Amino acid sequence: MNPPLIRFTDVNKRFGPLTVLDRFNFAVQPGEKVTLIGPSGSGKSTVLRILMTLEPFQEGTLTLGDLSYHEPNGRGPFMASDKHLRDLRKNVGMVFQSFNLFPHMSVLRNIVEAPIAVLDMRRDAAEARALELLRLVGLLDKRDQFPSQLSGGQQQRVAIARAMAMRPRVLLFDEPTSALDPQLVGEVLGVIRTLAHEHDLTMLLVTHEMRFAREISDRVCFFAAGRIVEQGTPERIFSSPEQPRTQEFLKSVLTGQG
Amino acid sequence: MTWVHDLAILTRGAGITAIIAVISTLLGAAIAFIVGVARVEGGPVVARIALFYIEFMRGTPLLVKLFWLYYALPLIGVSLDPFTTGIVGLSLNIGAYGAEVVRGGLQSVPDVQIEAARALNFSRRYTLLHITLPQTVIEMMPAFGNLAVQNLKDTALVSLISIADLTFRAQQLRNITLDSARIYTLTLLGYFVMALVLSAVMRFLEHKARRGAAFPRGMQQ
Ligand SMILES: Nc1ncnc2c1ncn2[C@@H]1O[C@H](COP(=O)(O)OP(=O)(O)OP(=O)(O)O)[C@@H](O)[C@H]1O
Ligand SMILES: [Mg+2]
Repeated sequence: MNPPLIRFTDVNKRFGPLTVLDRFNFAVQPGEKVTLIGPSGSGKSTVLRILMTLEPFQEGTLTLGDLSYHEPNGRGPFMASDKHLRDLRKNVGMVFQSFNLFPHMSVLRNIVEAPIAVLDMRRDAAEARALELLRLVGLLDKRDQFPSQLSGGQQQRVAIARAMAMRPRVLLFDEPTSALDPQLVGEVLGVIRTLAHEHDLTMLLVTHEMRFAREISDRVCFFAAGRIVEQGTPERIFSSPEQPRTQEFLKSVLTGQG
Repeated sequence: MTWVHDLAILTRGAGITAIIAVISTLLGAAIAFIVGVARVEGGPVVARIALFYIEFMRGTPLLVKLFWLYYALPLIGVSLDPFTTGIVGLSLNIGAYGAEVVRGGLQSVPDVQIEAARALNFSRRYTLLHITLPQTVIEMMPAFGNLAVQNLKDTALVSLISIADLTFRAQQLRNITLDSARIYTLTLLGYFVMALVLSAVMRFLEHKARRGAAFPRGMQQ
């Protein structure tokens, strides 16, 4: 096996008195597609937010490739300089539950803004790439619309294109379809499915769409109380979960989904 | 004949009032953005200095500040002409109120917008200038309009540091003609008309901005 791209080693994460991750260990191979499932409050979003440098953590180590999240003499809650955090972020993109497109920018500008401002791409190159991505998510005709003019499903597809425009090595999805009307879920899952075919892209997905998780993941991790209780191939986790907590959780969500 | 004569004098005063109001409002807006951003984005020290400035300016009478600039500042070696004194006093004063508007506007931008910007690796500065400020600047405009009108009315106080503004001219005329009713009625009308024009300009700017391509109607979030 390759060395992992992402490795959490004994990571502790607390919010005040609340311990959310408790000696958390987790590794992800380059190109791997991993789904995190588990009950509400178990710390799934926290794992993604730590990777995106939106949340600091207190103890343990986290590495991405050969970069550590903490710098030896790092200060502040992140124990790292702004520059170091920005070096880390170069590798990671994130798709949020609530899309979070920039409301004052057109669809096209939402996508090209960061490549131009952050990666110093030339505008024509950035736009060409943006149009390619818009075609991929099926929204080429919406390039000049504003987010408020799009449905939730369309907004989320733009948000995915926006994240991909930065060419991240790791793409994080935090319940990308949870805020959508049921009839719009499919179009977003369709786009994620397409991305899952990209060999080099490492994906971490938090979702309650169990059938979809089963279909696209290389590995499924069941979370409870800040730890991974059980993990394995989707077949194994969904067909023959070993831990009682996993069995219970799957029973509750699968009956819920009918 | 006297009507025409009085009006001519008052109009000259009104011109001074308008110039002072416009310059101090623009400078005040610049101060508002700098101090408001410092309040939200500055480190603990900078933010605290900004807060002190705001509280001090809001907690002291403008007239006393103008007197201080006019009479006390020269004692420590800085003497400004009355016009500059008026502009500086008014700008510093209204800038503090404006800073609170800017702070409120910046804080009204949802945190998730800043998180999205961070996820795209924008610098803090870029996020401020291109993501958060543009989203909120239109929402600030009505409040800025109110402050501009308040500032216009506040300019009347500069008559007390010997600037020949509208109020100053009114006092002068009244002392000569002793016709308080007529002079002060005209003066009130003068301020009122200027305030109407100012409000109209601000509303026009807001309207233009809202119709601009970047802010389609019905924009939420
Ligand atoms: N900013 C915060 N301040 C305090 N507590 C927080 C904060 N963010 C999350 N938590 C707490 O941390 C725990 C883990 O939260 P997290 O969002 O990671 O859970 P999750 O597994 O994503 O749950 P869900 O399925 O509901 O999204 C929860 O108990 C939550 O209340
Ligand atoms: Mg969550």
